[in-house]
Formats: sequence, structure tokens, C-alpha cells
Amino acid sequence: MRLIILVFLSSIGVAALAAPDGEQLYTRHCATCHGDKGGGGVGVPLALPTFLESADDDFLRKTVRHGRPGRVMPAFPKFSDAQLDALVGYIRAWSGKPAPRFVATPVKADPVHGKALFATYCAACHGANGEGGKGTGVTFSRRRDLPIIAPALNNTGFLKAATDEMIRHTLLYGRIGTPMRSFLEQGLSEEDISDLVAYVRSFEKQAGDSKPARVVPEEKIIIVESPYTLEETVENLKNAIVSQNFLLIRTDLLEHGLVEEGKESKQEVILHFCNFKFLYDALAIDPRVGLFLPCRVTVVEREGKVQVMTINPLYLSHLFNNEELDEACKHMHGIYTAIIEDATL
Amino acid sequence: MKRYVVTAFIWLLLVLPLQAAAEELLMARSKQPFPETMLALQESIRAHGYTVSRVQRVDIGLTGMGYKTDKYRIVFAGKLDEIRYLSEKAPQLIPYLPPKISIFAEGSQTILVSANPKLYAEIAGDAVEPAFFDRWESDLRSIFYDVSKAE
Repeated sequence: MRLIILVFLSSIGVAALAAPDGEQLYTRHCATCHGDKGGGGVGVPLALPTFLESADDDFLRKTVRHGRPGRVMPAFPKFSDAQLDALVGYIRAWSGKPAPRFVATPVKADPVHGKALFATYCAACHGANGEGGKGTGVTFSRRRDLPIIAPALNNTGFLKAATDEMIRHTLLYGRIGTPMRSFLEQGLSEEDISDLVAYVRSFEKQAGDSKPARVVPEEKIIIVESPYTLEETVENLKNAIVSQNFLLIRTDLLEHGLVEEGKESKQEVILHFCNFKFLYDALAIDPRVGLFLPCRVTVVEREGKVQVMTINPLYLSHLFNNEELDEACKHMHGIYTAIIEDATL
Repeated sequence: MKRYVVTAFIWLLLVLPLQAAAEELLMARSKQPFPETMLALQESIRAHGYTVSRVQRVDIGLTGMGYKTDKYRIVFAGKLDEIRYLSEKAPQLIPYLPPKISIFAEGSQTILVSANPKLYAEIAGDAVEPAFFDRWESDLRSIFYDVSKAE
């Protein structure tokens, strides 16, 4: 028996001490969004040759470590250094070339001139304040011939990960296969490009000064007691849903499909509804929004008391690390509240 | 004493990697197209003892609006006794029940997304033992694993 335990412990010990496997880490944590071979999808196409040529290993490591707050890419703060090295090594191998090396010395240049250049050359794609392009990957929100969304240059995760020299390199040479063109070819001088880098770096201070931390709401659901009977409340809700320009898809019971028809509990009635314009907009923001769909409100009766309840979209949104989605959820929260108030007044 | 040390050692080895991988959304990619993946998903859900209570289309007219795919469904699944238990013990969970999985096409492959059942534990609070949702998480991970490996 002792021998079995010893062998078992040894095998676990060996597995734990063995070097992390980059491919396994990638498959488990990255492939769903970035694609099996880095072709992109919900996430950016990491295998794009010009991306790997202009991103050094430290940039990749820090990107995994810090993520992109509010821009879908999650942070993996608990990865060990060895895990990060293994993961980055696996991604790097796709290019078949050694990693570029950039010095960490800050570029000293004129951010005021850089700001003017940014407005002319960069803002159309990267946003007036460097907030980046809209949407998430190419899954639903973009055409597949535009494989990359303009990154949010003012994002704290990006600014932590990218050195000035790396940004400068990208501006000098562009990224073939994306809309990012070489600024030298567009007629800017190397001095102009350094000014642009200085301006992008200045976002660091702005981001730190103005951005409030994301707060997870305490309320997990929206719940209101109804003064009406269950049947009356359901009818009121149907009218309220239509008055908010939503289409009532169907009314059914919580236990529908789980038990023989007719034997479901009648105390939990769900109203499903949709507004297609709102749906399309939401899918363009984040293709994973199915967790909010379809919109629904549930009427629950317990001991003669009738309550109307629904998810709190603001709470659910915290799972997605997507600021654009947070905004849409504020809107949805307002609609749910209006429907429920209208039905229970 | 020795036994406790050994148990603690094993626990650490097994749990630490999971800590590193704590996720709020569970996601999986299937290399198969949407119809085959949908079939594999429903088979695996049933094999794990759950009932698919409804499959909801949320993609009507997507291609007409310029999207590249019109394959997007929400799969609701659960066990009757568990749904009844939770709706009595923790009525605040009702708006999140039955649990759902989003499934959508991405080119010739398919993506699955669901909330990590730990979310339900957070909503239920003390009303339900966390182990209940740990089992759901384990089942969901197993279902996603089945689907991602299906050929």
C-alpha cells in the first residue's frame, strides 16, 4: 500500500515539477477566442506574421498577465513566470523567427505635436482619445477581411505591455495584413513618429487620472412585488413589453421541457421578448451575449405573494470584461426596470 | 499526522492549477461545424443526466442584417428536481434558471459559452451549499470537454 502511495505521489510530483506545456496552456486558456492556430475570432489573430514581428516576448507576457481591462481580453495574474514563458514560446514558434527585441528606454519627443498628428492619422481607427475600434473580434461584429480591431491605445493593459520602441516600430513599418500602414510610407518623418509615440505614452497619465475602477453591482436581480394576481401581472407585463417596442416571443413556465406537459408548476411564469435592433447591436458588441438572451421577466407566486423578477444585466456584465457591453447593459437595465414598474404600478 | 500531510500535499497539487485557471465564463471551441457540434452538445448534456428543456433561436434574420452567420442558439438544460430545489431554496436564482449554454458558429468551427456555475453560488448565498454548484461546474466542464473533442 505504501508503495502505491509513493508511486502515486511521485507521479504527481513529477507532473507538478515538469516544465509547463505551452500548447496545453494555449489550448485551455486562449484557443477558444484566438483560434486553434492563432487565426483569431472573438480575439485578435495572434499568428499574423507582422504582429509577431512587432511584438516582443515581454509584450506578450505582460498582455497575458494584465489583460486589457474593459476590452474583453482577461488578465491571468496567477500564471507563474514559467507558465507565461511556455505560453509565449508556443505562440512565438508560429512565426518561425526569433522574437524582436526592443529597448525599454522611453522615447523623448513632442507629445503636443504628436497629438495633432494623432488626430489626422490615427483617430479614425483608434478613436479620438485612443479608445480603440468598436466590437469584438471578427465573429459577429466585423467582416472577416478586416482581421483586427484597432487596439485601444489608451488602455492601461496596453500601456503596461508596450514599450515606446515597440510602438515606434509598429508605426515605422505598419502591420501587413491589417489596416495599419507604415507611417514612413505615408510621408511622416522619424521625428514625427517619435512625437506620436510620446503622445500615445501620455495616455498613461490620462488613463490613471480619469478612469474609475469597474464596480460589480450588489444587486444580482431586479425584483419588485406586484399588487396584482399572477395572471393580472402577466397580462400587465405583456402590455408593458409591447409598449417598450419589444416583441413578445412566448410565455411559458420555468419547468417547461423538464417535466411532462401539463405537470409543470404554474407558480413561475416566464415572458420571453426581443427587440431585433437591440439584439443585433448587442451581438456586434460581444458575440458571447447569449447569456443575456432572450430577454425575459419571470413572475413568481409564493404563499399568495406575487413578485416580478429578472436578471440584473449590470451584474451579469461583470463576467465579460467589456466596457461597451457595460453601457448596453445600463440601457437594458433601464428597459427592464421600466417594464416591471409599468406592470406593477 | 502523516496522512494529513499527504492529503494536504495532494490537495495543493490538484487545487493550485485550478486556482490559476479560475474563470468567470466557461468557453470551448469545437473544430466541427455548427450542426455537428449542436448534436454533440445535446448528446453530452443527456449523457450527464440533464434534460434539454428548450433550444432558443436568437439568430432570425442575422444574415439579412449583414452578419456572416445565422447560427446562434441558446440551449437551456437542467434536472427537474434540482430546478425545483433551487427555486424553493433560493428564489433569487429563478431569473437565471434553467442554466443555459450559448452556441454559435465561427466560420467552420463552433464556440460554446456559459456562465461558470460559481456565479449561481454567489447569487444563492448561504441558501445552497457551494458543493451543489461545484458539481454543476464539473459537469459543465466535462460537457465542454466532450464537445471540443468530438469528431
